[in-house]
Amino acid sequence: METIAIPAINFAPIMPEVILSIFAMVLLLVNVFVPSEHKAYLGYLSLVGLIVAGFTLIGGWGVPLSAFNDSVVRDNFSIFFKGIFLLTVGMSILISDQYFKREECNLGELYPLLLFATVGMMLMASGTDLMTIFLGLEVLSVSLYILAGFNRANVKSNEAGLKYFLLGAFSTGFLLYGMALTYGATGTTRVVKIAEYVSQNGVVAQNPMFVIGMLLMAVGFSFKIAAAPFHMWTPDVYEGAPTPMTAFMSAGPKAAGFAAFMRVAIIAFPSLKADWSDLLWILAVLTMTIGNLIALNQDNIKRMLAYSSIAHAGYALVGFTAGNAEGTAGILFYMLSYAFMNIGAFAIIVLVGKKGEANNNVMDYAGFGTKHPVLALAMAVFLFSLAGMPPTAGFIGKFYLFSGAIKAGYVWLAIIGVLNSAASVYYYLRVMVYMYMKDPVEEFDWMKLTPAVAICIIIAVVGVLLPGVVPAFLLNLAQQAVLL
Amino acid sequence: MVSLHSYLILSAILFSIGTIGVLIRRNAIVIFMCVEMMLNSVNLTFIALSKHLGNVDGQIFVFFVMTVAAAEAAVGLALMIAFYKNRESIDVEDVKLMKL
Repeated sequence: METIAIPAINFAPIMPEVILSIFAMVLLLVNVFVPSEHKAYLGYLSLVGLIVAGFTLIGGWGVPLSAFNDSVVRDNFSIFFKGIFLLTVGMSILISDQYFKREECNLGELYPLLLFATVGMMLMASGTDLMTIFLGLEVLSVSLYILAGFNRANVKSNEAGLKYFLLGAFSTGFLLYGMALTYGATGTTRVVKIAEYVSQNGVVAQNPMFVIGMLLMAVGFSFKIAAAPFHMWTPDVYEGAPTPMTAFMSAGPKAAGFAAFMRVAIIAFPSLKADWSDLLWILAVLTMTIGNLIALNQDNIKRMLAYSSIAHAGYALVGFTAGNAEGTAGILFYMLSYAFMNIGAFAIIVLVGKKGEANNNVMDYAGFGTKHPVLALAMAVFLFSLAGMPPTAGFIGKFYLFSGAIKAGYVWLAIIGVLNSAASVYYYLRVMVYMYMKDPVEEFDWMKLTPAVAICIIIAVVGVLLPGVVPAFLLNLAQQAVLL
Repeated sequence: MVSLHSYLILSAILFSIGTIGVLIRRNAIVIFMCVEMMLNSVNLTFIALSKHLGNVDGQIFVFFVMTVAAAEAAVGLALMIAFYKNRESIDVEDVKLMKL
């Protein structure tokens, strides 16, 4: 048996994680002394934590650094993803207070949990050891199970939490078994060393233990990014979870899943690219098609967006299948713009909804455009971006993903993607038809636009439109951040 | 001396029993126990491989898996209690408020 070498400790690469963990623990203590009507202050405090973490993050751009015996790394790839996570959590916190006050479960634990979930996502993006990735994933998942079931009095939220927990733990089993078998076949859990081993011992690709390990890991990650046929939990969990948490779940953890999946597939198994590309091709087509087809006849808008988020994972998988610089940069760009447009749309859903998760149907939006023209316009922008129409970030992102696929020779995949995108226009436009072309049934007088939600919507609109008109800056960042 | 093969086959059998249990049982707590069984079969795989390879990484991994499983158990049972308080049941057949 070898002895364990204690590595030199360098906190610089995980500084944002450290800061957020400290903030989360302090918030847990402070929470006890804050009366329940002032829990919003905890939200503002956690926003401060996110901003501080953001500053420590930016400093690392372009200066790759690994620490803890190469089990975490700070590279542009992880920094880009961490930026997405901070943004996602920040925007979700902005829309949380109003929602949870209305639902009368304004508990302070929400904010520490969100911060811990962020720490988990960050570890997933920067982990270069299967162990770190697994731990990050579990820190994220355990927090998310609670967040999905956060509204204890609401049966739907209970169901969402329970279902997410059972299926999430189930999928963790597969992921872990995959990791164990890969470890057995290659003798290491370091992602880089797995690649070294595979390139030196080509025969390992015929070793059933190795192949099954790779497949099981792919199953585990597919579950986390909600790729079909491992998507069954998504609609129920997204519908039942509290709306701001749905917004968070659909953008942040999905991006984190992609980050970890890409790191493992691209760094650990580059010599087997042809094999996993075929697998991803099937996943991408299934995910896009199933997501879009079922979304067509959904009436509940949260459920509709859940299926739409499955479809969006499919579009990102198109870029992943391509596996070239353009496709992977497309994924980074798309995940960022998806965070803006999706959380923006959910912010409007929070505003329109009533107590007890009521008023969440597409039909409830009848006449929204005449009663609240500005908010309806913002919603229209988000929906256009989700449908992938210019001049929005959603269009640029899809353009990059599909052109990456064409450059890599996957013409049919790109065609299927574009057809799917065209089909998706139907259910996004349906909401707009209700907003603008139906007579108002209700007065929408219960709506209260608080500054926090307004800020969130403004950030989202800018984030959707600005990269849509001048995409160069963000695309450059994304291209500098690719792993290849 | 028990060979590596026997350990791997045993853990594969345990993992399969766990998987089948998750798929066919209807009580949330039993399902959760089956998930725990899957995780423990993975632990067995890790330890057997670690011994075989002469590399401690696998054993360290097992500690993390056990810690995570404990955290998951705490959260999972809390969620089940919350569900039970509202529905007086932890049968997954009753988790059906939202369907296609």
